[in-house]
Amino acid sequence: MVQLTLPKNSKVEPGKTWNQPTGSGDWREIRVYRWNPEDGKNPRLDTYWIDRSKCGPMVLDALIKIKNEIDSTLTFRRSCREGICGSCAMNICGTNGLACLKSLDDYKGPVTIYPLPHMPVIKDLVPDLTHFYAQHRSIEPWLKTYTPTPAKEWRQSREDREKLDGLYECILCACCSTSCPSYWWNSDRYLGPAILLQAYRWIIDSRDEATGERLDNLEDPFRLYRCHTILNCAKACPKGLNPAKAIAELKKLMVERRV
Amino acid sequence: MAEAKARGLPRTERPLSPHLQIYTMTISMLMSIVHRITGAALYFGTLLLAWWLLAAAMGPEQFATANWFFGSIIGRLILFGYTWALIHHALGGIRHLIWDTGRGFDLKTVDTLSWSTIIGSVTLTILLWAVILLGGGQ
Repeated sequence: MVQLTLPKNSKVEPGKTWNQPTGSGDWREIRVYRWNPEDGKNPRLDTYWIDRSKCGPMVLDALIKIKNEIDSTLTFRRSCREGICGSCAMNICGTNGLACLKSLDDYKGPVTIYPLPHMPVIKDLVPDLTHFYAQHRSIEPWLKTYTPTPAKEWRQSREDREKLDGLYECILCACCSTSCPSYWWNSDRYLGPAILLQAYRWIIDSRDEATGERLDNLEDPFRLYRCHTILNCAKACPKGLNPAKAIAELKKLMVERRV
Repeated sequence: MAEAKARGLPRTERPLSPHLQIYTMTISMLMSIVHRITGAALYFGTLLLAWWLLAAAMGPEQFATANWFFGSIIGRLILFGYTWALIHHALGGIRHLIWDTGRGFDLKTVDTLSWSTIIGSVTLTILLWAVILLGGGQ
C-alpha cells in the first residue's frame, strides 16, 4: 500500500560528526545513514569528514576509508569494486547506483548515502534482499526445454543471441527495483523492473520452450501491470540497461498472443 | 524480550529505508505523478459536466443557475483547471501510447516526451482560453 511517510521507528534522526577537519587538506563531507539493530534507537545520519587527497576516487573508496580509519562499525556490502558483483548498490545523493562506479567528483558539496530505498534495513547500508531474490526465483530463471536434449548443445543463431544483448548484462544489484515508486508501494505483489527484465530475458531466448507458461505466470494485474513507465529504473541502472523497455516488450507479447 | 536479550538477540523491528523523502525527482517521475493526479481530477470535472447537461435537460431555471456558476470567477477557475487536466491527461495518454508500441525508451527521448507533455498542456490550455476569452466568449 502507498504510505508516503516513514513509519515511526524508521524516521532518520541527526547523528554524530566524525573526524572534524584539522589543518589543511581537501576535505569532503560524507553523510551516511546508520542503524544499529542492537541499540534500540532510530536510524541516524552521521557525518564523516575525509581528506580527499588521501582517498581513492570512488564513493566506495570513501566508505572503505571511513571503515578502516575513522569508524570500524560502519557496515556495508562490497566485493568486486568494479561494477560486476552488484554488492555495493546504495542510494547516493538521491539516485541509486553502485558506490564503486560513482566518482566522488560527480557530486558537489556533501555526498549523502542511504541504503537502497524502501527496503527493510539489516544494519547501516545493508538492506534485506530476501524478498527480491524470492521474486527472482519465482520467474524460474533457467533454460526450460521439453524436446530431447541435443547430443552436443542447444544451438542459437547469431541473430537470436543478439536479442539477449541489453538483458544478459543484468547483475541483479536491485538499483532499478528499489528506485521504482510502483515497487515501493506494491513490492508484495509487483515483481519490479529487475525481475521483469530477467523474465523477458528467458522469454525471448530462442532456446527456451516455456514461453507460454512464462507469459501465463506474468498475466496478472500486479506482477507485470503495476509498471506505469515512470522510468526511474532505466535512469538508475549502473549497467545502462533499460528494464522499462523490456517490460514494454512483455506487455506487447501479452497483446500479440491474444490477437 | 529478556530471553532474547540473554541470547544476544534484541527483537528490534527493522526500519524501512527512506524512499520518497530522499529520491531525486526526475521529470518522467513527476509526469507520472501529475498524470495520476489529473486523471483523478477528471472524475470531478466530469461530474460538473454531467451537472451542466442535467441542468440543461431540467429546464431554463436550473440551466441559468448552472451557467451562472460556470460564469463566476470560481467557476471559471475550476473550468480552467479542468481544461488543463483534460489536455494534460490526453497528452500523457499519447506519450503512453508511444511507449506502448515499444518506442521512445532511450533516456533522451523519455525526457523530451515528458517535457513536451507539460509544456504542451500548459501552452494549449492558455491558447484555448485566449481564443475563448478574446473570441467573444462569455
